[in-house]
Parts: sequence; structure tokens; C-alpha cells
Amino acid sequence: MPQFVVLWTDALILLLVVLALGFARYAAGRPHLRGPWRRVVRSRVGMGTLVVLGFYLVVGLLDSVHFYPPASDDDISGQSAPGEVMSLFDSLVPELRMRRETTYSAPLATHLYAKETIELGDGTATRGFARLKFGGAHLTDPAVEKTGDLIRLSLSGLLKGVAFSLVVGNLILMFLAVRAGNSFGTQAKHVLSGRTEVPWRVVLSTLGLMFVLIFWSAELASKYHLLGTDKVGEDVFYQSLKSIRTGLVIGTLTTLVMLPVAVLLGIMAGYFRGWVDDVIQYVYTTLNSIPGVLLIAAAILMLQIYMSNHENEFNSLVERADLRLLFLCIILGITSWTGLCRLLRGEALKLREMEYVQAATAFGVGHLRIIVRHILPNVLHIVLIAVVLDFSGLVLAEAVLSYVNIGVDPTMDSWGNMINSARLEMAREPVVWWSLAAAMLFMFTLVLCANLFSDVVRDAFDPRLRDSR
Amino acid sequence: MTAYIIRRVLYSIPILLGVNILTFVLFFVVNSPDDMARMHLGMKRVTPQAVESWKQERGYDQPLLFNTSVPGFAKLTHTIFFQKSLKLFQFEFGSSDSGRDIGYDISQRMWPSLAIAVPVLLVGLLVNISFALLIAFFRATYIDFWSVVLCVVMMSISGLFYIIGGQYLVSKLLHLVPISGYDTGLNAAKFLVLPVIIGVIGGIGAGTRWYRTLFLEEINKDYVRTARAKGLSERVVLFRHVLKNALIPILTGVVVVLPLLFMGSLITESFFGIPGLGSYTIDAINSQDFAIVRAMVFLGSVLYILGLLLTDISYTMVDPRVRLS
Amino acid sequence: MSDALPLLRIRNLTTHLGSRQRPVRAVAGLDLDICQGETFALLGESGCGKSMAALSVMRLLPPSGRIVDGDILFGGSSLIDLEEREMRRLRGGRMGMIFQEPMTSLNAVLTIGDQIGEAVSLRDPGSRGKVRQRVMELLRAVGIPDPERRTNEYPHQLSGGMKQRVMIAIALAGRPELLIADEPTTALDVTIQAQVLSLLKDLQRRTGMAVLLITHDLGVVSQVADRVAVMYAGQIIEMTDRQRFFDQPTHPYSQKLFHSLPGREKQGSRLDVIKGSVPPLDQEFTRCRFLERCERAGEACTERAPVWQATGTRSGVRCLLIGQAQDADGHRAHRSPAVMQSRVTEDPPLLKVNDLRVHFPIHRGLLRRVVGYVKAVDGIDLSIYKGRTLALVGESGCGKTTAGKAILQLVKPTSGSALFGGHDLVKLRAAKLRRQRADLQIIFQDPVASMNPRMLVGDIVAEGLRAQMGEGKGAVLRERVLALLNQVGLPGDAVDRYPHEFSGGQRQRICIARALAVDPGFIVCDEPTSALDVSVQAQILNLLKDLQDQQGLSYLFITHNISVVSYLAHEVAVMYLGRIVEYGTVDEVLGAPRHPYTRALLSAVPTIDARDRREVIKLEGDMPSPANPPAGCHFHPRCPHAFERCLSHYPEPVKLSATRTVSCFVVEAERETRLQ
Repeated sequence: MPQFVVLWTDALILLLVVLALGFARYAAGRPHLRGPWRRVVRSRVGMGTLVVLGFYLVVGLLDSVHFYPPASDDDISGQSAPGEVMSLFDSLVPELRMRRETTYSAPLATHLYAKETIELGDGTATRGFARLKFGGAHLTDPAVEKTGDLIRLSLSGLLKGVAFSLVVGNLILMFLAVRAGNSFGTQAKHVLSGRTEVPWRVVLSTLGLMFVLIFWSAELASKYHLLGTDKVGEDVFYQSLKSIRTGLVIGTLTTLVMLPVAVLLGIMAGYFRGWVDDVIQYVYTTLNSIPGVLLIAAAILMLQIYMSNHENEFNSLVERADLRLLFLCIILGITSWTGLCRLLRGEALKLREMEYVQAATAFGVGHLRIIVRHILPNVLHIVLIAVVLDFSGLVLAEAVLSYVNIGVDPTMDSWGNMINSARLEMAREPVVWWSLAAAMLFMFTLVLCANLFSDVVRDAFDPRLRDSR
Repeated sequence: MTAYIIRRVLYSIPILLGVNILTFVLFFVVNSPDDMARMHLGMKRVTPQAVESWKQERGYDQPLLFNTSVPGFAKLTHTIFFQKSLKLFQFEFGSSDSGRDIGYDISQRMWPSLAIAVPVLLVGLLVNISFALLIAFFRATYIDFWSVVLCVVMMSISGLFYIIGGQYLVSKLLHLVPISGYDTGLNAAKFLVLPVIIGVIGGIGAGTRWYRTLFLEEINKDYVRTARAKGLSERVVLFRHVLKNALIPILTGVVVVLPLLFMGSLITESFFGIPGLGSYTIDAINSQDFAIVRAMVFLGSVLYILGLLLTDISYTMVDPRVRLS
Repeated sequence: MSDALPLLRIRNLTTHLGSRQRPVRAVAGLDLDICQGETFALLGESGCGKSMAALSVMRLLPPSGRIVDGDILFGGSSLIDLEEREMRRLRGGRMGMIFQEPMTSLNAVLTIGDQIGEAVSLRDPGSRGKVRQRVMELLRAVGIPDPERRTNEYPHQLSGGMKQRVMIAIALAGRPELLIADEPTTALDVTIQAQVLSLLKDLQRRTGMAVLLITHDLGVVSQVADRVAVMYAGQIIEMTDRQRFFDQPTHPYSQKLFHSLPGREKQGSRLDVIKGSVPPLDQEFTRCRFLERCERAGEACTERAPVWQATGTRSGVRCLLIGQAQDADGHRAHRSPAVMQSRVTEDPPLLKVNDLRVHFPIHRGLLRRVVGYVKAVDGIDLSIYKGRTLALVGESGCGKTTAGKAILQLVKPTSGSALFGGHDLVKLRAAKLRRQRADLQIIFQDPVASMNPRMLVGDIVAEGLRAQMGEGKGAVLRERVLALLNQVGLPGDAVDRYPHEFSGGQRQRICIARALAVDPGFIVCDEPTSALDVSVQAQILNLLKDLQDQQGLSYLFITHNISVVSYLAHEVAVMYLGRIVEYGTVDEVLGAPRHPYTRALLSAVPTIDARDRREVIKLEGDMPSPANPPAGCHFHPRCPHAFERCLSHYPEPVKLSATRTVSCFVVEAERETRLQ
């Protein structure tokens, strides 16, 4: 039995998942929330991006279940030092994690990127491109066989992907047919001609595309380094996938940790006005007036000093990196909650003058009850829009902060760290471009989907702009 | 108006004091000067004497808040809080941990920062407004739809990519301009062209989309209908009526960042090796020079508050409805 | 009528809004002719398509709207196929338009002069001086004093009435032959409405333009229209000249409209109501559109849609019942047993308000020192008796709403007292006040804003119960809520629905049920019917009256609508700039008003009875700001009878009878001469 480890961020992610499910239940019973979500679900862009985001989410969640691998089970994990924390995701892709080369190699390469001294069997040495330990190791003569092998692997990956997509697609169709009470044929016709309310055609084709992509890359990655290796020989594809969790954590936990404060203070300032308002305004103007990057820099620098002075308080590198990640989320939250707070203050100022709030006052309803029953439900959509809109900005911010060395821990996989280490290699000839490209690609896909999705959400919840489209 | 400005300036004192106390707590209370000294001198095997002399050289050897070793009023003034934090109010930034005069460095380095930030702001504003107006003119057509999609794509790309990609393409492959560096006078132009262009391009996505939203919000208002009922052409309606109203939020949004332009851009400056305040800050962060970071925090706050004040004043100038009282 | 083509001829105009799959048929086959120089009133309730018809003529429909059928001939040429460029020349040229909301219809960042000048230079291009000259001319023509100064001012510096005058000036710039006025006075107070209407009439006389007046107000129609068309659910259902329309309305709907108007002669009786509300327009009609609400509907009405039947040149009606015998004058309202009587009992008042003041401080300067006060309510005395209604009448900004809220302690009064049940509400401590609140309730003007859109109707109605009586048992609570909904005439299944699923009138019923839940003795009704259509207004007024008869409720009825006052109230207090200028029983005040302001106010109310046409006492200018009221009598700058004393002293209330007081030196002087 593996021994589970719950890191701080793991626990918060769990909390977030629970909250999201709870909110979904709450929203399902309330038409003013259900209605807009239904609009989201019916939008083609919304559903397409949601599917892609779903895959990111799955990887991120799998990567958030940590445990010590069982000590007995060390047949392949001979290298895995005891006490190294693994995630569920790691255990699903052991090859990616374990197959480490000595240094750079290009995507799908069979040889190292740089010349080095190779000891030949007879004891003499020569300078040349050494074969990779794992990438294309099954080939005897890469120069001849590699192209054919790549085509073969690609085809088999694509075929497997298509087959799997078909199976899943048909299962979904069957489910839909049963639910709608149609025959399978008519349901299929409805879906394929795009006549269903929820754009299932888009969902199915995006799913299919993702499956094909996954099977294809899995097939290639099983024998090669799909996106090459980095300076210490680690698989870039693996790093990119591991970075997903970091990106998601930064994008979600940051808003989560400061959300209660922002909502509470914003509403209180607007509702009570007077000195409460003055104090809260003072607090957020002060915080806001410090340039965000500098506040983060100052806080992270202090954290570094603290951590290096108290090294023995952390059980493992992973835990230490995790705590830094959490701290980064908090400090990012501190610099970014003021916007939402100010927005909510303005809204609460408006709402408190609404006649239904006055009617409640005329009944002698208490302040707390008025806030909970009348103000909060009427600002919930603003909070939601803010959370969704903030996400992509935070993911992008992580990259910039890591570049300045005030982001996540350097030992942690993150797109920012990948870019940061890669940019130093841009001066090399020929250029080591794959780390950078991989990080950019993964990040771009996530941010683009999040942006498109948040547009859909905002349009659905904020009726002001809907008509002008 | 004057009374309003004076009141705002007075109000900014408690805010700056708050900033000051916050940075003081962060830099001196959470971590003691001893920690800093040890950090700088290397963690292992530091003699207490070395720490003491490091502190003494930089004036960190005094008590934080209250000095019992000196008489009278100096009990309060011979402290770190007074010397290092309150002195900032007089814009006495002191010297950096490496011994340079921070005030002098700032005054030297703000010009290169402005040389990039100002053109980026102005050109960006012009480009974004033009694009947004064009999109608003074609609202509810395919041009509108695809332009918005393009904007979203552009704003989904990390700013780092624009810089790295631009440097690689323009400087390394095409050899049009130097990759990085800076020069004085007109010679600076060749170093500035690329960062400015990249800065503008990086801002197009978000900027154009935001301005488009502002324009569309205005277009749906009643006065636009009145203007059309006069028989004005769509072009005149857009330029004379819609643009004039939408410029109010646009301009005031720009005014708030105007003072902050002095601070420069961290990333751009460090990538292009421009000796501005942005790269100054980054270097300070990387070399953990807290004196500089502290000075920049204070400077940033002052500039931000100045921006808020300018915003309010600019409102009264562009919006006839707003009167300060 | 001559055979010459009318100025504007609309034939079978059909305008749709929204999606093509399920369009809202805002205008469904509209035919009308407007001749040169006449005022043609298009009358209808909100949502009947009258504004869309007007916008179709101007081709200014919102993006979601489109003309799908029909033809519009203006001066003989069709507008439908006109190039946009040609249309632009017409718009603002031979056709001008003014809108309902003068507040938002002007560009806030351009000066008045610029906005008029823009229209002028489009028609009479010329030098700056010439344009300016013409702008001055137009400003003078619409009666804006001191035009030289006004041209350089921005819209927010002008009052609502002035802004509407500027809108008219813009429309006049192109010397229009047709002016479309879309509810031009709805957003304005009656005294200002009277000014604007007489201006329109005057301009029409001078320029000979035709006016298409869109309105929901029968009073306005009777005052200015030559010809009337009644619109209902996208169609014209009756068209005739004014005289005929007011003497003898033909369509059941038109008849009902007249009967549902409140007024003095209907005091003590129930108002005739039109049941239900306008049907949604996103359906195809195969039957009469008025069917569900018509009391006379017969078999034939359910079978086919009525066609237009001409009853003369340019007049006709769309009803299958025409020609059939009808009951004499429709349904006359049934007399209700409770007849108005003057106050006989000498009970102490239920609520006694003494010298109530609400002053909002104005801060200025470096230290935000208080430099003055907005005296929203400046010392009012009121007495409200059990089972009776006191109407608080005044124009917007006079402080009547603030007064109502101050009595309920929703706005903290600056000084004064409000004695209710032996307690002074002003001095009551929070916990005690909270308990006392069950006795004092309020109903607001806007039924949309007064209900939390996120709460179920059941929870909304139960809110007061929960607050006052604790959570209680769910079943008991539900029982009570159902009973309340039943009492206000709503079905029980309303409990589990949301406010937006109900029409305006129904929502106001929910608000009434909510107020009744805690069993109050006194309710402040803050313009509860002014957001509603006439036919729905009657339903609510009846409900309020029934509740008073059954439960002995007392109302403080805040309103600007004199006809509602005369129907519902027992006593009236007229408010001007935070003070009560005249106070008395409804017969005294409305029958023989003494204060010059009351007289002007009453005379400005348009009446539908042409024989009862009074001379409108025109008030000059607007109500001054309560932050800076004129010295002496607040009313003196606008008063036709003011003399020196009025400029320096505020008149003390003069007691004219046991129930009546007036604050006016002229009245005081008259009384003294009479006494001598």
C-alpha cells in the first residue's frame, strides 16, 4: 500500500474541487445561475474549449495525488531514491519520468545534440554524437530505420486514437439516444447534423481530435523523446505535462485564497459605508499602490531567506517547492484581490439602495441576513466572471515571474522555468528551441482555451454586451 | 479644485506611510538584518564579526524602532525605521547594499526607460484605437467576429514569446537591428525600434478588444440614436459622438499609468539590455539588493498615487459632468 | 378630406424584432395616414409596438429589428427602398424626431450649441457665424431663456424640461414637415409637461408641420391631438378624430381605458378594470388579440381575427362586435358599500409627524467641512388616521419620497418626531424599532427593483414573517404565504416561481402581499402605480382600496398623479421644495385649491374631458434646487402673485378650516380682509 502524502496545494485543490461541485449543486437549483450556464453549454466555442480544458484538468488532478511509492515495489524504480514523492500521474507514465539522457537532444532524435567524447568498445575514444540511452534505442541503425519507424509508430498511434475515439463517440451517442428516447440512428443523425441543443458534434470532434493526439504522442513517446530532452537530459514532453499542474494551481488557487477576503471586504465596504468603507479603501489603496511585481519580489526574497535559514523544517524538496508555490499563490492573490474588491464595493453601493434591500430593512431584517440573502446572490455572477477572467492572466504571469526568478521554485516543473532555462540556450548554434516551443505551445493552448471559454462565460452572465454582438 | 488637490495629497500621506510600514515589516521584521548579512556573505561559516561589519557598513546596525543607547530625540531617529524607511519621504534613497547612490542611479536610468515606455504607450494607443474603431464600424459582421478571435489569440500568447520570437526573427535571422544594448542620443534609435514594436504588438490583443467593448457600449446609447435621427452619417456618428465619449474611459485609463512609465518595463528592458529602471529593479532582485528594492517600492507607490490624482484631474478636464468638490 | 396624398401614408407596415425563428411581431400590419399640419396621436400601453412603428418610419430600428413587409410613403415617395444616403437627408430634414428620455438622448460631452449646430450645418451649410445665428434662433423658438449662455453649456447643466426643448430645437433645425414625438413628456413633471405640450402646439401653429405624437396618456391626447389611433398588441384597433374618440369610443378596449381611469367622480366606487395583460407578441394571432381581456367577447371573436372596418374617412375600428347592441355605457362600476365620508370620529391620529426634517450635508473644501445642507424635507407635519389615506403630492425632487422613508426610519431624520402607537419612531432604539417595523410597511414604485430577482416569490413574501416571527414551521409559513397570495389575487403556484416570470401588475401584487404579511396598520405607498399601465393601475388601486375597507389600513400615498389622489385619498398634502404648502381634505384641496402652486399644479394636469378644459396656469422655469432654495417663500420666483413680502419671509401656515392649512401670504391677506 503506498503511503499517501497530502501537500498543501493538494489539499487546497481538493477543497476547490469540493467547492466547485457544491457550487454546481447550488447553481443547478437556481435558474439565474442555471440559465447562463445553459447558454455556456450550448455555445460551440464554450464546449470545444471546455473539452480541451478538461484534458488539462485531468492531468492536473492526477498530478495532485501524491504518495511515496511502496518500498517493496522497486523492480523498475531502482533509480528512484527512497523517500521521493511521486504523483499518480508519474506512476502512469513511468517511461517518461525514468528515461533520462545525459544532456540535450532534439525532438525524436536518436543521438545527443552536442558532440562529446565517446569511448569505443576497444578502449579508444572519439568525438562524435553519442547514441541516446533511450530515445530510439531499439533501432540498430537509426540513419536507415528511423524514418520508417516514425511513420509506423505514427500510423499505429493514429489508428489506435481513431479506434478509441470511435468507441467513446459511439458510447456517448448511445447514452444520448437512450436519454432522449431516440433510436441510435436518429440520434446520430441529429448530432452529426448539429441539430442538438448542446453542440455534441463539436464535443465529439474535439474529443476525437484530442484522443488521436494523445495516442499518437503516446506511441511516439514510448520509443523516442517526443519533444527532446533538456540540459540534464530530462524529457521535455514530461516536463510540459508536469507543468500543467503548476499552471492550474497558480491560475485557480490564487483567486481561491483571496476570494473570501475580497468578497467580504468589498461587500462590507459598499454596504456599511462610513468608516468601514474608509478603512477598507485605505487598505486596498495602500496594497494597490505598491507595484505588484515588487511586492511579490520582496515577499519571495524574504521567503527565500527564511527557507534557507530554516532548511531542516522541510521534509523533502517537493514539500519545500510546494510551500513556495502556495506562498506565491497567496502573494499573487494579495496583489490581485483589490480589483475584485473595488468592483464588489461599487456593486454593493448600488445594491444597498435597491428597493428590495430597503424593503428588507423595513421588515427589520438584520445586516448579516441582508448581505447573505440579498447582496451576495446578486454579486455572485461578478465573482464568477472575475475568477474565470483572472485565470489566464495568472498563468501568463507565472511565466514572467519565473523569468525574474521570483516565481515558483526552480526545482519545480513549470512553463516559466522551462522558458527561463531555455532562453539562455537561444544563443547556441544551432538553436535549442524545443523546450521553449514546448512550453509556449502548452501554455498557449491552455490560455487560449481559457480566454475563449471565459469570453463565453462572461457573455452568458453579463447580459449588457450580449445584444450588441 | 485646489482644495481638492491638497486634500488628495494629504490623503496620500497615510497611504505612503502604510506602504512604508509594510515594507519595513517585510524587510526588517520578518527577516532581521542578521539574516540578510548572512545571506549576502554566504550561508555557511560566517563569523559574527563579519556580520557585524557588514551591517555597520550599510547602517543596519541600529535598533529597529527605538534606540536606548542614545539620548533624547535621537532615541527615535537613530533607528533603522527612521533612517531607512522614513527618509524615503524626503526622497533620500541612501546607497545600495553594494554602495552606490540609489538616487543618482534612478535619475540616470529613468531616461532609457521613458525612451521605450512612452513610444510604446503612444503608438499602442493610436494603433489600438484605430483597430477598435474599425472593428466597431464593421460590428456584427464576420470581420468583427474574426478580429475578436485574432485579438484573443494574440492576448493568449505570452509576452515572453513576442520578445524571444521577435529577437530571434529580426535580429538573429534578418540581422536588421542589434539584439540588445543601448546607446545615447540618436544612436539609441536602432536599439529602441524593436522593443517598441514588440511592446506595441504584445498589447494589441488586449487593448483592441477592450476598446472595442467600450465603443460598442457607447454605440448602444440613446444619444447615438439622436445623432442618427439628425441625419448624420455613420462615420460622423462614430468619430464625433462615439469616439468622444469612449475616449473618456480610455484617456483616464492611460493617465493612471503615465507616472508609472518611469518605472520602465522589467522584462523588455532586461531582454534588450536597456539600462533603465526596469532592468535596474531586476538586477536588484537577482542580486538581492534590498535597499534598491525598497527604494523602488516606495517610488512606485508615489508614482501610483500621483497617477490616481492625475486621473481625477483629467476626468474634470475631459468630462464636463464631473466636478471635483 | 381632399384626395391629395397625405404627408405620411403607412400601409401594412410589419416590423419584427429578435430572432428569425421566433420573432417578436412588434408591428403587425399598420395602416395610417397623417395629413399636413395635423397632430396625430398614436395611443397605446407599453409594449404595444407604437415606438417601433415610429422608429420604422425613421428607419432607426435597433440592430435586432427589421421591416418585413409594408410600405411607407412620405410626401408621395416610398421610404422602404430608399438608399441609406437619401434616407439620411430626409432624417433630420423633412422628418424630425424627439425621444422619451431627454436625460440620455443628448451627448453629454458636447455643448448644446454644438449639438444643435451640427444639425443646422447639415441643412444650411454656411459660415460659423451663420450657424450660430440659426442656433440662437432655434433656442429662442423653443423658449430657452438666455440662449447666448446656454449654447456653451453641457446637457447636464440643464433641467429635464430644458433638455427636451433642446431636443425639439435639434429636430426643428431641418424645418421638418413631420415631427415624430415619442412620449415627449412622459419623463417630465406635469407643470413642465404643460410647458412642453404648449410649446409643441405653438410651434406647429407657426410652422405648419405635422406631428406624430406617441403617448400612453389619454390626457395628453385630449389636449393636443387632432386625430387618434389606438394601438393594441401591434395593431391599430381604433382610429378616429379626437372629438369622436372622447365622446364615443367604439372599441371595447378604448371604452375600458376610459372606465379604468381613476378620478374624483369615481371616489368610493371600484374602478372598472381590464383583466389580465397584453398578450406576448411572439405568436401568430388567429383570433382577436383582445379576446382574453374582453368582457363582451362572443363566439365569433374566438373564431377569426377581426378585420379593419371603416366607419368614415380615415376612421375605423377593428372589432367584430361593432354594430351589435352594447350595454349602456359598458359596465358602470359597481358601487361599493363603503362610501367616503368626511372624518367624523375624533380619534387621535394613528401616526403623527411633527416638524420632520431630513437634511443631507454638503461637504466642501479642504477639510470636507459641511458648508450647507440639501433640505430634502424641511419641517413637515402630518397626521394619518386609522383606515384613511393621506396623499402626499408633489413634483419630482420635492422631497416626498424622502419624507415617506424618513417616517419609516429608512432614512435617518435630522430632527422632528414621528409618533406611532405611543412611541416616537425617531428616538426608538434599534432592537425595539425592529419589532415595531411590523406595523409600518412600504410599497415601492418600481415593482422590478423592489424584489430580489434571485429569490422565489414564496421566500420574498415570507421574508417579513421570518424576520418578525422567527423561522417558524415551514408548513405554517407556507400556509400563510398562500393565503396572502390568494388575498392579492395571485395563484398559489406563484410560490415556487421567480419575480421575472410575472407582469408588472402581478409583481406589484406580490409586493403588496409581502407588505401585508406582517399585518401592518400603516403602509407608505410610494408611487405604487406610476410604473404601470392605466389598465393595470386600476387593478392595483382597487386592491389597495379593498384592503383598506377590509382591514382598516392607513396609507400614506406618495404620488404626482392627481387623478389617483382624487380617487383614493381622504386628505391631501401638497409639497414643494421640502415643505408642505397646502394641506386639507381631498374636497377642499382639489375642489378649491388656494395656494398658487396647488392651483398651477392642478391646472397643468391634462383632463380627458374637453368640456372641463381649464385655463392652464403656466409656471415659468423649473423647481429650484433644494440645496439652495430661494429666500422667503420658496415658490416666489415662479409665483404669479408674489409681492415683496414673499421675497424675504416664509409664510406661516394659515388655518382656513378645521382640516385645512395653506402657507401663503396672499391667502393670509385675503383671509384678513374677509375677517375685517
